[in-house]
Amino acid sequence: MGDHHHGPAKGITRWLFTTNHKDIGTMYLWFSFAMFILGGTFAMIIRAELFQPGMQLVEPGFFNQMTTLHGLVMVFGAIMPSFVGLANWLIPMMIGAPDMALPRMNNWSFWILPPGFLMLASTLFMEGGAPAFGWTFYAPLSTTYAAPSVTFFIFAIHVLGASSIMGSINIIATVMNMRAPGMTYMKMPLFVWTWLITAFLLVAVMPVLAGAVTMMLMDIHFGTSFFSAAGGGDPVLFQHIFWFFGHPEVYIIILPAFGVVSQIIPAFSRKPLFGYASMVYATASIAFLSFIVWAHHMYTVGMPVAGELFFMYATMLIAVPTGVKVFNWITTMWRGALSFETPMLFCIGFLVLFTIGGFTGLMLSIAPADFQYHDTYFVVAHFHYVMVAGAVFSMTAAVYYWLPKWSGRMYNETMGKVHFWISFIGFNITFFPQHFVGLAGMPRRIPDYALQFADFNMMSSIGAFIYGASQILFLYNVLATIIAGKKVTDEKVWDGAEGLEWTVPTPAPYHTFEVPPKLDPAHAHG
Amino acid sequence: MRLSADPTTDTVLKLVTVVVAMFAFVFVVMVPLYNVLCDALGINGKTSAQAYVAAPAAVDTERSVTVQFIATNNDSMPWEFRPQVTSMAVHPGAANDTVFFAANPTMQHMVAQAIPSVSPARAAEYFHKTECFCFNQQPLEGQSDTLMPLQFIVDQDLPKDIKTITLSYTLFDVTDRVSERIASR
Amino acid sequence: MSVVKRISNALAAVVVWPAVAFGDNQVNMSPGVTSIGAEIYDLHMLIMIICVVIGIGVFGVMFYSIIYHRKSRGVVPSQFHESTKVEVAWTVVPFLILVGMAVPATSTLLEVYDNDDAELDILITGYQWKWKYEYLDANGENVSFFSNLATPQEEIYNTDQKGEHYLLEVDEPLVIPVNTKVRFLVTANDVIHSWWVPEIAVKRDAIPGFINETWTKVPEEGIYRGQCTELCGAYHGFMPVVVHAVSREEFDAWMGSKRADKAAQVAASAVDLSLDELMSKGESVYNSQCLACHGAQGEGGVGKAIAGSAIALGDVGAHLDVGIKGVAGTAMQAYGSQLSDVDMAAVITYQRNAFGNNTGDVIQPSDVVNHKQG
Repeated sequence: MGDHHHGPAKGITRWLFTTNHKDIGTMYLWFSFAMFILGGTFAMIIRAELFQPGMQLVEPGFFNQMTTLHGLVMVFGAIMPSFVGLANWLIPMMIGAPDMALPRMNNWSFWILPPGFLMLASTLFMEGGAPAFGWTFYAPLSTTYAAPSVTFFIFAIHVLGASSIMGSINIIATVMNMRAPGMTYMKMPLFVWTWLITAFLLVAVMPVLAGAVTMMLMDIHFGTSFFSAAGGGDPVLFQHIFWFFGHPEVYIIILPAFGVVSQIIPAFSRKPLFGYASMVYATASIAFLSFIVWAHHMYTVGMPVAGELFFMYATMLIAVPTGVKVFNWITTMWRGALSFETPMLFCIGFLVLFTIGGFTGLMLSIAPADFQYHDTYFVVAHFHYVMVAGAVFSMTAAVYYWLPKWSGRMYNETMGKVHFWISFIGFNITFFPQHFVGLAGMPRRIPDYALQFADFNMMSSIGAFIYGASQILFLYNVLATIIAGKKVTDEKVWDGAEGLEWTVPTPAPYHTFEVPPKLDPAHAHG
Repeated sequence: MRLSADPTTDTVLKLVTVVVAMFAFVFVVMVPLYNVLCDALGINGKTSAQAYVAAPAAVDTERSVTVQFIATNNDSMPWEFRPQVTSMAVHPGAANDTVFFAANPTMQHMVAQAIPSVSPARAAEYFHKTECFCFNQQPLEGQSDTLMPLQFIVDQDLPKDIKTITLSYTLFDVTDRVSERIASR
Repeated sequence: MSVVKRISNALAAVVVWPAVAFGDNQVNMSPGVTSIGAEIYDLHMLIMIICVVIGIGVFGVMFYSIIYHRKSRGVVPSQFHESTKVEVAWTVVPFLILVGMAVPATSTLLEVYDNDDAELDILITGYQWKWKYEYLDANGENVSFFSNLATPQEEIYNTDQKGEHYLLEVDEPLVIPVNTKVRFLVTANDVIHSWWVPEIAVKRDAIPGFINETWTKVPEEGIYRGQCTELCGAYHGFMPVVVHAVSREEFDAWMGSKRADKAAQVAASAVDLSLDELMSKGESVYNSQCLACHGAQGEGGVGKAIAGSAIALGDVGAHLDVGIKGVAGTAMQAYGSQLSDVDMAAVITYQRNAFGNNTGDVIQPSDVVNHKQG
């Protein structure tokens, strides 16, 4: 039985027209890294301005453009596409399928992203500047009082949303219809489960975001008053609609990260994941609960007390399945035979730091206490702990773990460990002090601050420069690996790794599982 | 229900339906639901935009509720706008009336819209306006002024723990109703 | 002492919590001066300490594994991978802990929402980028004024040393009497703002077209500083809140002087000022009200340039119109209701004579009064 396909096409047309899940995964990953650098540059400008009290580098209006674009680019350009890239590379291999269900739509899902982000970035050069109303773009600051570039912002969101929706449809169709014979749902690797659930969340809530920005467009250009009191509308309606999308969105960001960690920890513990079924149910519970907690982002808006209480109780509840997952990961490590290669280091870093972020999340859920935390740096610290030390660390672990399989070359382990430690230390120096200034009274989204916040802000800025610099080391390591890393040919690159992707040759051939594999009944799931 | 014989197409069509339905949900369900819940539960302090038709009922002379009036201009609305009285003591069930003074100091004809808001929000459903200048847009020629009437009844079922109701009107300039976006600040 | 406070004190003693400050820097929430603030602080400490204890337990187990369950020690990995009993246990126990947290949280929230029986009502309106305070008087004689950032531009742009209350000082603070329940009615003039004073634990969003209410009762005289806490445009970081809590007598005297000021303002509108007086007052009004958009040298920015502008060099009436009525459809607000006639006359005079404009025009407060009457 021979391979009837040619190898990949040559030159730039290969990348423009590819329908191969590995190629598309690669493009998503490189694109997301470029966006990570772009969003990181905006962060460096922010932290440079906040290095000392006083306005030194930028004007307040431009500072707000930086904070807005930093959030938008990181969430929609770096984190989400990076996990989509992982999904593309890994899901077909993990379920024994030859490719995604809709390979041509897959190409479109990726290729509309660069123009979308080009449009968003180009707003920096438009009259009135880029969007400056925060990544949460509350009305009427983002409607009646917005610069003309808001219209392009809205179009860009539509494009990015369309990409996510198409990608999610593809993932669901693939997972539901293309698993190898014998791979029941409860035999799928947890990474596939978390992405399946994430894809359902995306399909449900990205259209809500599209609805919100369409209503903005109508208020701005077509004389409607969804969010304007003058015409009988309500700015708070915007917040409800936005956060109905926005809360599931943060679970969309973290669930695939949970999946990655659930693959890597067992591998380096040489022990199966503890509580597979619980992990699936916990993930599903988190996804379900994520729909009924949105107004905890709005505790100070003037909601009736019954509403505040409902959202407080529902939000506190999410701690339960999240805790279950953390306990399961740690129990996976317990009595294993642990080794601490770079992917494992990032996963342990995730476990510690994401849990800390989870604790501050629990504190924030307490509505009366939130009156003192809301819109301060305490919130900024919380979400960076869960998104950077959570999602980004997990993504970094994933790259180190699977890069040898993708490229057939091993990365430099010492450099990887150095990257981990500098990232870990730099991250904590940046964000731990932000808890302090938030509790001491420093609001968010301000370009200048009172003198009592100066010391911790300087510390935070130094940490940010350290963390930022370490990503250059990461880039170097990845490039050096791909170009000249030590060759690896074992299928099972890591001795503890389980899963179908570790049964194909290394580097993974352009086409894998053109014939569905026979599942080994001894291995329950990857 | 199968939408297609091919399982993948079936999945895709069902998901596309969900996507379209969720987009429609925002406009067709979320917005009206928000307004309905706010009206029904009176929870965002919005009062009805229609005149209340009062059924004859006994006045609760044992109870006195303070109604406070606040008048605010939105943004650069240049009109003078103030309540004739800033507060009145009323009995639930009794009909009351008052006026708000408005003056247009510019040389141009302008049109205003007053938007009411009640605090505490849960009092809104017990605050009935039988006539209000907020039901309609208010045009005013340049250099002229007017007294705008408000007639209201506080419902006898107002929860006993509410002793003060604050009614705030925000006056918006709606002369150009096709919204002109204000240039970046 | 409340149960919550007892538990949290006990746990704090066990955990040996560091002092509120790390060196000179505050690291923890302050209990503030109000009973609500103290309750919120206790709740915050309770939750935090429970989290710390759980964290120590959980990370302790993990670090134990990291040290003792290493491959390099030659251990053989176990293969156990499920236990329903354990899953149920670590679902139920956290749930019960959460219920324990929810009870005090609920009671504190209900207190935050109890706005009844206030003795004093104050309307707070958020503007881009300042606060307006209006004391609601039963007789309709409301005292109202704007509260602007008082920190000079030189301090912000680093040509002058920063003062102690950098960015947290205003020209006209909110003055309230101690031991009096004060009800705040919060709204906004343009976009969403949020009014926050950490030491009295009050934060409420200011939403244009809607009114929110909240309350405080401050037992201790003092000066309490806060900031706007909802992104509201470029100068969101530059609209602080300053509250002076004073004795009843002092408050009554202050209210009296404010009412007298209002009367004096009307009287002052009839008095003519010299060019120097107008320029000096005009410069300070310009710096606090106009500079942010029109530039320190009148060079423009978000707003149009004033130096060499047709409006500043042209018809006085047209210039007054712009200042008093604003320009509909743009960011230029109607300052007629925000500035006294004296201030308006001064700033227009200043604009017409500074920045090289040199028209020699002198606008008197009575000119402003006449212009407003049409």
